[in-house]
Amino acid sequence: MSDRRRLAMKKIMFAAIMVVAAAMPARAASEADFKAAFAAADSAEKDAGRLRNQWTTTEAALTAAKKAAEAGNFDQAVKSAQEAEALAKASIFQATSEKERWKDLEIR
Amino acid sequence: MRVRSALSFVTAALALAALSSAAPGADTVDPAHEAKAFQDFFTKKFPKVKFEDFVNGPYSMNEDMRKQWEEKEQFPPYEFALEAGKEMFATPFKNGKTYADCFANGGIGVRQNYPYFDEKEGKVVTLELALNKCREVNGEAAFSYVKEEMASLTAYMAYTSRGKPFDIKIPNDPRALEAFEKGKEYFYTRRGQLNFSCASCHVQNPGERIRAEILAPALGILNAMPIYRSEWSGMGTISRRFTTCNSQIRGVPLEPQSEEYRDLEYYLSYVSNGLPISGPGARP
Amino acid sequence: MASSIRVRAILNGDTTDVQTLIQHPMDTGLVKDSKGELIPAHYIQQLSFEHNGKTVFQADWGTAVSKDPYVKFAFKGAAKGDEIKVSWLDNKGATDSLTAKIQ
Repeated sequence: MSDRRRLAMKKIMFAAIMVVAAAMPARAASEADFKAAFAAADSAEKDAGRLRNQWTTTEAALTAAKKAAEAGNFDQAVKSAQEAEALAKASIFQATSEKERWKDLEIR
Repeated sequence: MRVRSALSFVTAALALAALSSAAPGADTVDPAHEAKAFQDFFTKKFPKVKFEDFVNGPYSMNEDMRKQWEEKEQFPPYEFALEAGKEMFATPFKNGKTYADCFANGGIGVRQNYPYFDEKEGKVVTLELALNKCREVNGEAAFSYVKEEMASLTAYMAYTSRGKPFDIKIPNDPRALEAFEKGKEYFYTRRGQLNFSCASCHVQNPGERIRAEILAPALGILNAMPIYRSEWSGMGTISRRFTTCNSQIRGVPLEPQSEEYRDLEYYLSYVSNGLPISGPGARP
Repeated sequence: MASSIRVRAILNGDTTDVQTLIQHPMDTGLVKDSKGELIPAHYIQQLSFEHNGKTVFQADWGTAVSKDPYVKFAFKGAAKGDEIKVSWLDNKGATDSLTAKIQ
């Protein structure tokens, strides 16, 4: 094989490895990642609880996160925990804005 | 950076100020005026519905449903719970006392006075709460607020008040006015992931369909309680309906007979003053 | 023990209108209890109404009929004061019956 050809093949192989590497996640989620994500979601849900406005879907996402973690699937567990945190925060936003917005619907 | 954070601080402060200044004071609440506005809203929206008919919920809104309901009322599905309730009411507790000892007029024909504001306890007392209090004071375990026994008892008490108009009182006590206001606020506040308030269905869409159901108007909505719901294949209390309504819009229900629910019942009952008790009822 | 059957039969001209409400769980066998175990099927299989020894209405039911069933039907050929007998048999072999006078 000529040197030129050898170099071209090396470049192609390098490119191929880079493509494969880019397609993989930066790194798999660890149990520590899950614990952090769950703690954030749980804390937000507790805040929503203090506002007396939790959503059933938030609770379902938290449960799903715990279940996935128990099964060792930390990628899914982190995903569910992040979803739960987003839902909890949305419910907090709802409770806070409704403190004023409820009057829009009032019969006068 | 400095300017930006200062700006956001100012906006936050302004927002906070706006929130607190908009909070209504007890002296601006006029429940009688509000009840009239509430009733006028529905009578104007449905001029063909007779005033007393509002207590029939979806049946006042839809002719076909009404026909089916009238037929079934000759042999109503709540009959079994009603009989069970009558028997329970008459059965003495282990200490020999009965429910009659806890209520004015022996508990007969008093349902239309509930809820009331208990000035000593500083809270709204509903019929369900009063019944469990009666049990506990007499050494009996409390019933679940969402199961058959409480539904049977309230069915019987409602039955003895059939035809009597709601006569809810708001004493000249700022705490009672606050409970009324809080109940009103709960009624109109959107909640749950589906972002509905009680008003979304029962003020904005009575007579319209939600999936296969016809929505009832908020006016008179508690008069037929407790109800035998075909959906439940059984009897359900006001507590059951409030909690299931919450979960249906994907809101985590509060504890039955929580302050919010009792205040809500207080508000909804007061604005339906004058409408006759029709319970126990039957609904789809 | 009180009957599970409530019946009312009213004569209107030459037609008798019969209504009945029966207390029965009508369990389908598909529902689980709070422990996660299936509640066994328990439902009325046969319901019949007799007048003067003749069956005027018979229903063969399965699990699709709801709890505490309500039935309404009409038939001809009866007179006021006649008796109508309602009976049912369920899949567990239990029975109940009630006789009422046509009003």
